[in-house]
Formats: sequence, structure tokens, C-alpha cells
Amino acid sequence: MANIISDETIEYVGILAKLELNDAQKEAAKKDMASMLDYIDKLGELDTEGIEPMSHVFDVKNVWRDDVVTNGDDRENIISNAPGQKDGMFEVPKTFD
Amino acid sequence: MSILDLTALELSAAIKEKKYTVTDAVKAVLDRIKECEEDFNCYVTVDEEGALSKALSVQKGIDDGTLTGPLAGVPVAVKDNMCTEGLLTTCSSKILYNFVPTFSSEAVLALEKAGAVIIGKTNMDEFAMGSTTETSFFGPTKNPRNPEHVPGGSSGGSASAVAANECFFALGSDTGGSIRQPASYCGVVGMKPTYGRVSRYGLIAYGSSLDQIGPLCKDVADCAAVMEAICTYDPKDSTSVSRDDNDFTSALKDDVQGLKIGIPRDYFKEGLDDEVREAVLKAVDVLKSKGAIVEEFDLSLVDYAIPTYYTIAAAEASSNLERFDGIKYGYRTEEYNGLHNMYKKTRSEGFGDEVKRRIMLGSFVLSSGYYDAYYLKALKVKALIKKAFDEAFSKYDVIVGPVAPTTAPLLGKSLSDPIAMYLSDIYTISVNLAGLPGMSVPCGTGKEGLPIGIQFIADCFKEKNIIRAAYAYECASGNYHKSVTCGKDGE
Amino acid sequence: MIMTTYETVIGLEVHVELATKTKIFCGCSTQFGGEPNTHTCPVCTGMPGSLPVLNRQVLEYAVAVGLATNCDITRYCKFDRKNYFYPDNPQNYQISQLYLPICRNGHVDIETKDGTKPVRIHEIHMEEDAGKLIHDEYDDCSYVDFNRSGVPLIEIVSEPDMRNADEVIAYLEKLKMTIQYLGASDCKLQEGSMRADVNLSVRPVGQKEFGTRTEMKNLNSFKAIRRAIEGETERQIDIIESGEKVIQETRRWDDNAGDSYAMRSKEDAQDYRYFPDPDLVPISITDDFISSIKEKEPEFRDEKKARYTSEYSLPEYDADIITGSKRMADVFEQTVKCGADPKKVSNYLMGETMRILKEKELDPQDITFSSEALAKLIKLQESKSINGTVAKEVFEVLFFEDIDPEEYVKEKGLMTVNDEGALKAVVEEVIANNPQSVNDYKSGKEKAIGFLVGQTMKAMKGKADPASVNAMLKELLK
Repeated sequence: MANIISDETIEYVGILAKLELNDAQKEAAKKDMASMLDYIDKLGELDTEGIEPMSHVFDVKNVWRDDVVTNGDDRENIISNAPGQKDGMFEVPKTFD
Repeated sequence: MSILDLTALELSAAIKEKKYTVTDAVKAVLDRIKECEEDFNCYVTVDEEGALSKALSVQKGIDDGTLTGPLAGVPVAVKDNMCTEGLLTTCSSKILYNFVPTFSSEAVLALEKAGAVIIGKTNMDEFAMGSTTETSFFGPTKNPRNPEHVPGGSSGGSASAVAANECFFALGSDTGGSIRQPASYCGVVGMKPTYGRVSRYGLIAYGSSLDQIGPLCKDVADCAAVMEAICTYDPKDSTSVSRDDNDFTSALKDDVQGLKIGIPRDYFKEGLDDEVREAVLKAVDVLKSKGAIVEEFDLSLVDYAIPTYYTIAAAEASSNLERFDGIKYGYRTEEYNGLHNMYKKTRSEGFGDEVKRRIMLGSFVLSSGYYDAYYLKALKVKALIKKAFDEAFSKYDVIVGPVAPTTAPLLGKSLSDPIAMYLSDIYTISVNLAGLPGMSVPCGTGKEGLPIGIQFIADCFKEKNIIRAAYAYECASGNYHKSVTCGKDGE
Repeated sequence: MIMTTYETVIGLEVHVELATKTKIFCGCSTQFGGEPNTHTCPVCTGMPGSLPVLNRQVLEYAVAVGLATNCDITRYCKFDRKNYFYPDNPQNYQISQLYLPICRNGHVDIETKDGTKPVRIHEIHMEEDAGKLIHDEYDDCSYVDFNRSGVPLIEIVSEPDMRNADEVIAYLEKLKMTIQYLGASDCKLQEGSMRADVNLSVRPVGQKEFGTRTEMKNLNSFKAIRRAIEGETERQIDIIESGEKVIQETRRWDDNAGDSYAMRSKEDAQDYRYFPDPDLVPISITDDFISSIKEKEPEFRDEKKARYTSEYSLPEYDADIITGSKRMADVFEQTVKCGADPKKVSNYLMGETMRILKEKELDPQDITFSSEALAKLIKLQESKSINGTVAKEVFEVLFFEDIDPEEYVKEKGLMTVNDEGALKAVVEEVIANNPQSVNDYKSGKEKAIGFLVGQTMKAMKGKADPASVNAMLKELLK
């Protein structure tokens, strides 16, 4: 196995992805990610010099809409699924900024 | 012959001829679901009440001549990653266990407009990540052809529901083969349209640049009819494409005379089961005998499709699934200490292992220092793969090959080795990368009575070439939908 | 020991809320002041399955600002996702531009004490604003309102070309003026429609390399910006002088405390994993698009100022102040168009208008009175239908309320009495009742007439033209 994923890397990815793993899960994740990266490293065999990265398959451009208000008050619907709400707002753990 | 053995088109015609009412059809399906669900677990949610009341209004529409389309009155199952207003939509994930959308996806609206009746929401791999429907929070779906085996995935619930007559047709979504592979494993017809044909509005995203909604049906004609209903331009989806060639049923012609078919040698190499190879090549011979011009060629790059796909899909998924954070909808952990702890606990408890695996991989390949080496590299290889197909389609009208290397694996055997599982997508994945349309059509049965599928691939927006070839094959082979037994009728 | 002298190096990231009717990616209104979450939809609240569609007006404003600040317009540009978790960010990614921003390589010229200086603009990109977090002191929770989520922003990123607070403020004033003139934003710092983050580092004079910079946020006024720049310069010099190293970090300015603190969190990796948003397609900007924007380009401040002095013969001082706000300039021109005398309009704007704005702590952008009304008021005064004192009173009403000055004056009986006979009777009475003052005047004390004018005005309840009264007194006292 060429790729070795360190504890720090898994910790870091956990911060980025907002996932918390216990030790056993961490070990499994390290192994999984290393083997996936080994697999992905296969792409290195291909010469892609000068190839334009392709995000979209089609050459569709300039899709836009006019600046016209189309939406009204939909608050009741919007907050209807919230785990916590008060006065039409979403409740979240206290944030300090 | 039972009402359940009719195809969608036959059923709608029979309703118009007053042989059946829409309520008859809905009740037949609901009864069948009651009979089979314990065995197969195709559905996450069955909307009995909604379907029965809808049956009445659709019947009225048919009677007063406002609903005249070929799908009017036909019960349909919808994969649980498409939003349905007022009806639970979970993506088969704990994190959305209680999510009730306030709007319906565009494809669902299109079907409702056509008079189809939504029966319920089908089980799937969690967030469409998987090839077996075993990653569902609501337990695995079983293959109605042999319940020891998986139905494939991620649209396993939709494929099984069609195969088990628990609906007349279904909608699925296909990011790397998620319609075609379960269709193949369950012995039904499944189509992934060209990227942009069907609006993604309301489809809960996995890999946005690859996701596409499509039909799973009992036969090719149903498939063409559903395609006509769901392929619409939608200004709410910036990647939706406006086309004037959505008249897919016009391609239902039993004629492949002169159709140029390319057989990619790379699809028949090592790793492909003999019984699959034989069945597919036999099907090719049928087409040849009907006048198609068949030629082998080298597609190239096939082995690079899976790593390219997993890089791109995981990257997009890691971002698409960030919105599930316990604030606006869905699951929130019970106890937490502050904001970030709430995020982490909610997501760790709410997502299953496969989803977490892909989110972590995706976060990693996009992270500082790795973006160029992984993500950008994958986008470049994607361009090469697209170019390889462009070259092939300068010579051929249709590319034909297997859908998956094997028939459906046994339950419980796949998840322990992710990469082996990913390999089951090897023939379907590059179609998504290149945005192409593809279809899986039953072409035989393997050892354990498990179906084998043949895959038709065409250039972008050339669905009609596929439909023409698939229809001609179906006419010649007589591989029409056969019902399966379950529960009581299996005893 | 030789004291090291330091130079401050400043670059700015300026966020400007664009004056579109709808949000950048959905058809929700951008209007201020709605109840929480009443201007929201599945798109701007990150509902599963929702998709963004670009508002074309956002692109037009961004290109207009780019052209006005001498930028190259990126002919093929894209949107990228910036990934970070925060409750005001409903998708937990913000749609922004990193790889191919809409504008690059621009500059604006600012006036400094050493003359004109260009400040280079690195790039301008389009992005969506976040929602608002509301904190309850007594609760263990915060609350999110997504009404502002998805409001279009442009971020203007300068090069580190500024060296002190004066230059920073000159640069901001210049941007503000340009953008206001374009109508792309009202650029109010206090209300947050213009927000400046200050990137600042210090280095010994003569050193080529930049020092380590910090980013200062939460600067809500020019005053706060000035204080923060001075404070942060001092803080960094202190750190260096004490042999420590400045840490690259984001700091939040607390203007009440006159101090800043680091916004650090171990959960905050600052690794945004940008990648092109697959839900949005690229933008290709044609020559036609650019020329159509150029055609709509308004007359900017400098041109306007020159025209005001030449066309309307305004003193340069007046022209400078009036063009200092696009709104003010608009009111000026419209009022003149209604037939009012330019200098008189200017006097109203520079005098009464500025006074009221200052008194009520308002911005010229907040002017709402109609130009027709002001023009009518000026004409009433010109025709001596009302006198100056009454006119000022009426103006104060007109500033806040939608009144027709002619009708108002009639209704309230404020018209000057132009009946010569009636006026003469009153003046004669005043002369009769004030023999002392009359004597004083006649004996050469010119000033005494003022008292008599005042007495007449009082008797007339203010409804007389003081000049006419003056003239009549002089006539009768000959």
C-alpha cells in the first residue's frame, strides 16, 4: 500500500467533514482511505498534460433568470422540518462571533 | 391473467377501455405490497391513503377527457431521494428519517401531470451510495428473483418493486449505474437518460454532475413512454437542456437494419462472468441476425473510469451532504456540547458507514494541497473518457455490452470490500462521466435464476438509437416481463 | 539604540450588497425589514433537492463595477463552492468565485496629500450573503433568520497598496461613490450594505518583503476603520518590538472597547475546499454584453462636477458637495429640470438638507422628498408668495412628508400678504406706535429700521415679505 493515512489526517478530515469517529472507526477509515487513494493513484498513469479539466459535459453557458420577485412568504413551510424553532427562526446551539 | 401482469401502457389502455378503474389498479398494487413487502422490503413509505384518494381524482380526469396520456391511472413507485410534497423523503438515511418536503421534484410533478399515481417511496442505498441497497438505514431490499441475493443498487427498491409487481413502473436515479445495474439484477428495463434531459430539481443530490433521474419499467415501450413524460426543460435546473426530440415512443420500431453497433473489447475482458458474456453475446447475435452491423473495437480507458468516478462523486457528495447538519431538517443528536459538537454528533450518528467513507474521501481530495493531484486530475481524465466515447460514436450508433460483470451477489457479501463492490459498476460508470444515455434490458438468466442484463449506450441525446435497438431485441427475444412469486403465492 | 520606523501595509476586502430586487440564485425579495424567514425559499435555506439559478442583474452590476474600476472582465467565468460549516450558511457551502472571478487587474485613483495614487484591484468576485444569527442573552441558543441568505454580494479585493487610514478611507470613498453612481448598491457602511475587512501588516521602512498580516473584521464606520488601523498597527509593532511574531489570523474589532480579539477555533480549519459548483454552468461574456453595459454607464462624479460648474454655473464648492452623493446629485438635477434656479436648489441642498440629515443622523441616500415639491417651494419663494422663514418651515415638513407646498401654504394660511393697502395700514400703525425707533432712523441710525421691520412682521404674523416691508418703511419715512 503506497498511501498511509496518519491519525492527524483523519482528525483533520473529521474537522472538515464534521464527523466524529471512535478509535476503531478511525483505524477502519485510515485503511479505507488509503486503499481508495491507492486505487485513485492509478490515474497518475495517464498523461493529462494540456487537457482541460471537464466539470460539465456539455457546453451549456449563460443560464440565468430575470431579476423578478417570484417567491412570497413561505416561512411556515420553510421551518416546518426544523428540529428546533422559535418565533419563525431556526434554533441552533449558541454561537459566538 | 392478473391486472398486475399488465405493463404500464397496457394498464392505462385497459383503464380507458373501462376494463379496470384506477382504484382497481391502486388496490391491486397495495394488496401486492402487503403480500410481498415482508419478503422484499422494496418500500420505505407506502402512501396508501394518498394513492387511493389520488386514484379517484385521476379516474375523474380520465372520465372527463382531461387525462388522455399513456400513463394516466398507472401506479408508480418513486425512489426515496426525490422530494414529494407532504410525503416522507428519507434517502434511506437516519439523518432524514423524518423529513417531509414542502415541494415535489420536477420529475414527480411531470408524472403527476401525466396522471400516474404515486404509491410510495422506494428503498435505496443511503443517499444513493452503494450498489446493493444494503446501506439503507431501513434494512436491505431483497431481489425478488431470488431473495437470497441483493437487488443491486442504489435504486434497488425501485427495481425490485417493478420486478415484484409492487408497482407498474418506478423512477430511479443513476449516478454511476444506479438504475441500470439493479434493473439488470432484477430483470427489468432501466434507462439513464442523457445528463440534462430530466430536471434534477427536487432530486436530493449525490454527485450533481453525474446524477440523472430515469425510469425502471417492465419493458422497453413503457420505458419510452415514461421518458416522454419526464424529459422536460426546467428553468429551475441550470443544467437542464431544452430539446425538441423527446418523442421517444416514435423510436419503438422493430427495425435495426443497418444500425451500426460497436462492441467494446474492453468490456469483455477478464473479470466478466462467462454466463454474462455468453448471454450478452447471444443477444448481440440476435441483433446481427436482424440486420444490425456489429463490429468490435477498443474503447480504452475503461479501468480508469472507477477511480475517476469515485474522486468526482465523493468530492461533490462531501459538499452536497454538508447541508445535513441538524439545524433545518432531519435528525439532530440528543445531547451535545456546543455547535461543532452538535454538528459532529448529528452527522456521525445520522450517516451510515458508506456515506461517511465517501464524505471523508471527498473532503480529503478537495482539501488544500490535494485538489490538483486528485480532483483536477480526475476532471482531466473525465475529459479523456468523454473523448474516447466521442470517437466511438463517430463510428457507431450504439455501443453494446454487459451491464455488470456478474449477476446479483448474495446478500451480506459486498460491503466488507468496498473496492470489489465498486468494480461491479465498471461498465456503467463511464456513461455517467460522459453524460451519455444508457439502458439495461434483460437478456437471459444465470445459474441461480438470476437475471442478466445487456447494456445499450448511445451518444448524448441519441436515446432513440438505444430504444430502437432495445425494442428490436425485445421483440425478437421475447424477454418480456415475467412476474415473480412472493409470500403467499410462493408457499 | 536606533528606533526602527515602521510602515503599515494595507489591503482591503470590500463586500458590497448589490441593489437587485431578488437574491442571487432564487426569486426571493432582497427587501430589508421583513419578519424572520419570510423572504426565503427552498433554495436560500438549503433545502434538499433545491438548485440555484443565477440572477442576470447580478452579473450586469458586477461587470459594471469592474469596468468602472478599470478591471479586465473575465470572458469565461464560473462559480465555485466555498465549504465551511456555520449556521448562517444554510448549505454549509457558500457559492462564490475563486478560480475564475468575474473581474481582475483593475485600479482606482485616490487623492492623497502627496497627490494622485492608484490603488490596484486584484479581483472582484460575485457571491451570496449569509443569513443572520440572533443571540438571546438569556437563552442557551442562537436563532437563524435566512432573509439575507442569498442576497448578492460582490467582493472587491485590493492589492496591499495602501499605507495609512487616510488612503484607506479615500479608497473606500472612491469605491462607494463609483458604485453608488452606477446604482449597483447604496453602499451604507452602518447598515452593512458595504463592509470592509482590513488586511494589515507592518514592516521596517525600506524592507521589501511584507510582514505577516492579520485580517480585521466587523468595521462598521469610517471612524471604526481608522481606529482599527491605528490600533492594529500599534499592536503589531509592539509584538515585533518585544521579539515575538505576528500570527496570521482573523481578528474581530470591538469599536466600543477600541480593541480587537482573535477569532480562533480549533474547529475552524480555514480549508475551504473550493471546487466548481456543478449546479451552475459557466458564464461566457461577449463583446456585446460588455458594450451594452458600457452604454448604460452613467456620468460619474468628476464629469458631473465639471458639468455643474459649466452648465449651471455652480461654485466649485457647491458642485463638490452635491456630487458627493449620487442621490443628492439626482435630486439636484431633477429639481433643476422642474424649472428651479440651480443656485437656489444648491442652497437648499447644502443648507437645510444637510442640516436636517446631520441632525437626524441620516445618509443622503435616505432623501425621499420629491424634486417637484422642492421646485414648487423655490418658486413660491421667488414669487414672494412666501418669505424665507416660512419657506424653511415648509421645507422641514416637505423633507419628511409627501406634501404639495402650494396647497400646504394655502391650507395653513402662510401666504405673504401682497395686498399693498393692508400692508400699508399695518406699517403706518407700526410707525405710529414706535416714535422712538422712527426718530432714531430719521436721525441716521440705519439699524433702527430692522426693529421696525420686525414689528411689522410680527403684526403680520410672519406672512409678509421682509424686503417689501423694508422698502415700504423707507418710503413712508422719507
